[in-house]
Amino acid sequence: MGEQRLSRSVLPVLTVVGFLLVAWYGAAIWLNAPWAYDKATRSGVEHTAATLVADTWSQEKPKLPAPHQVGQELWKTTVEKKITSKRSLIYHSWVTLSATFLGFVLGTGLGVLLAIGIVFNRTMDMSVMPWVIASQTIPILAIAPMIIVVLNAVGISGLLPKAMISMYLSFFPVVVGMVKGLRSPDQMQLDQMRTWHASAAQTFWKLRLPASMPYFFTSLKIAMAASLVGAIVGELPTGAVAGLGARLLAGSYYGQTIQIWSALIMAAALAAALVGIIGMVQRITLKRMGMA
Amino acid sequence: MRYEDTFWFLNNLKFVAVSLAALIGVGFVNGTIALLLAIWVVGWMLNSWLTHGVPRVARFLSPVIFGVTILLLWETAVDGFEISEVLLPAPSVIAARFVTSLDILWIDFVQTVIKGALSGYVMGCGAAFLIAIAIDRYPFLQRGLLPVGNFVAALPVIGMAPILVMWFGFDWQSKAAVVVVMVFFPMLVNTVQGLQASDAMQRDLMCTYGAGYWDSLIKLRLPAAMPFVFNGLKIGTTLALIGAIVAEFFGSPVKGMGFRISTSVGQLALDLVWAEIVVAALAGSAFYGVMAWAEKTVTFWHPSQRN
Repeated sequence: MGEQRLSRSVLPVLTVVGFLLVAWYGAAIWLNAPWAYDKATRSGVEHTAATLVADTWSQEKPKLPAPHQVGQELWKTTVEKKITSKRSLIYHSWVTLSATFLGFVLGTGLGVLLAIGIVFNRTMDMSVMPWVIASQTIPILAIAPMIIVVLNAVGISGLLPKAMISMYLSFFPVVVGMVKGLRSPDQMQLDQMRTWHASAAQTFWKLRLPASMPYFFTSLKIAMAASLVGAIVGELPTGAVAGLGARLLAGSYYGQTIQIWSALIMAAALAAALVGIIGMVQRITLKRMGMA
Repeated sequence: MRYEDTFWFLNNLKFVAVSLAALIGVGFVNGTIALLLAIWVVGWMLNSWLTHGVPRVARFLSPVIFGVTILLLWETAVDGFEISEVLLPAPSVIAARFVTSLDILWIDFVQTVIKGALSGYVMGCGAAFLIAIAIDRYPFLQRGLLPVGNFVAALPVIGMAPILVMWFGFDWQSKAAVVVVMVFFPMLVNTVQGLQASDAMQRDLMCTYGAGYWDSLIKLRLPAAMPFVFNGLKIGTTLALIGAIVAEFFGSPVKGMGFRISTSVGQLALDLVWAEIVVAALAGSAFYGVMAWAEKTVTFWHPSQRN
């Protein structure tokens, strides 16, 4: 069933992706044409349709770089540069990734602990849970600059401030998902545990925790994506010198659109890969637990 | 007293005794820490007592008490440890700043929330809603766009901000554009999913009534899609605010919440930054609250809205 559905949607997905690529090339012509004409009139050359297209797809600082330009830049900065080089995109990705991972682990830990507290303690459920929800209406990304400056002032710099922002973004989906998951065993199952005279700890380890696993993995995926966003935005305000966010910022200062787009595509690829890895772990774990 | 009440009381008596002993012990070492602990214990006890009493009162009061406890802790800690205002201003200082700079806050609010976030939100959600209805007619497009949409919804879309600022200039138009891009895909995915929410039996019934495409869309499928649509709308509220504020980090006129935050951090005027954060939090909560209220009125029939 799953495989069938997969193959059924390959063609439509490819069509949509193909359409997007064509639209991208078209938009590149449309957006870059004014600059191409401008250059042409200054040097006194007349553009034919072919030279115009060729020019819009190969400008140095285009408004919208064509896909192949971004691809070339990606190739140049990942494969042809040494990893230790400051111009290597892999180096920058790693800087961002390490903050992402740290924030993700911290956020997941905090989220799971809060969820356990909320499920087992009525007071915590009633007084903390509303604030967990309210905490997300604060656009944390907006205070990222302050958090980083303040933490810098007390001597914490480098990875941790960025990771804190990732943590703040990623703990929420974990709390919500885990509370739902830990409460997912129904009354019948809980009663069964009681007839076996199971203690609260035993009920937790043998019933509630295993039952929460599908919810856990689903929230992990959201948390991972959020964590990456947090790390990238965390790099913006401080004028960080390394990381994908720093590449975005530097690119926007100097009008290096190709650099912005390649950082963006890299971030997208990372997000997809990370979420994909969690999905794989999820499938394997749930299969071994007999839940999928 | 019921058995549980007695039990709870005894349990807490032990808790009070232990914490009192701890307080006195810590009090010898450091007065501030003891005071902090005392505030925490009192707040927690109050909540604990409430949640074991009348549930309806507790549901409303206990989060309030928790919030007040945190604020008191914050104030006491800043005073007691003499934390510099440059690092963390006390809530009272922030409140004072909030009141004195209402005019600046209002200008920023209009620039960022009304012009940037709200206009982008309306455009993005509206476009996504209409396109979702269009896609829904073609299963081929649906199968192709849903995975792509899901993928894009998980991407760090906020990274588009510098590009859009470059395209649309520094004023609110570029902020609105960032918001459009951010809210579009979550809304699209949710609406497309929602339009499939009515089951075959219901659609067959519409057929037997002789309802055409538009009739069954308006009378069955759109109402059935509403819980999903509102899910998208609610996710969009916070995304819109974040998008509008973060986009200002990449360039803005000399007003706006993101602009104020990043420049005030530079001037170490953290009380103003916190005042902006309060505005952002209030705006975000109100925005979300309005959507939640609208959801409750529109989808009153849905199981999750009936208790």
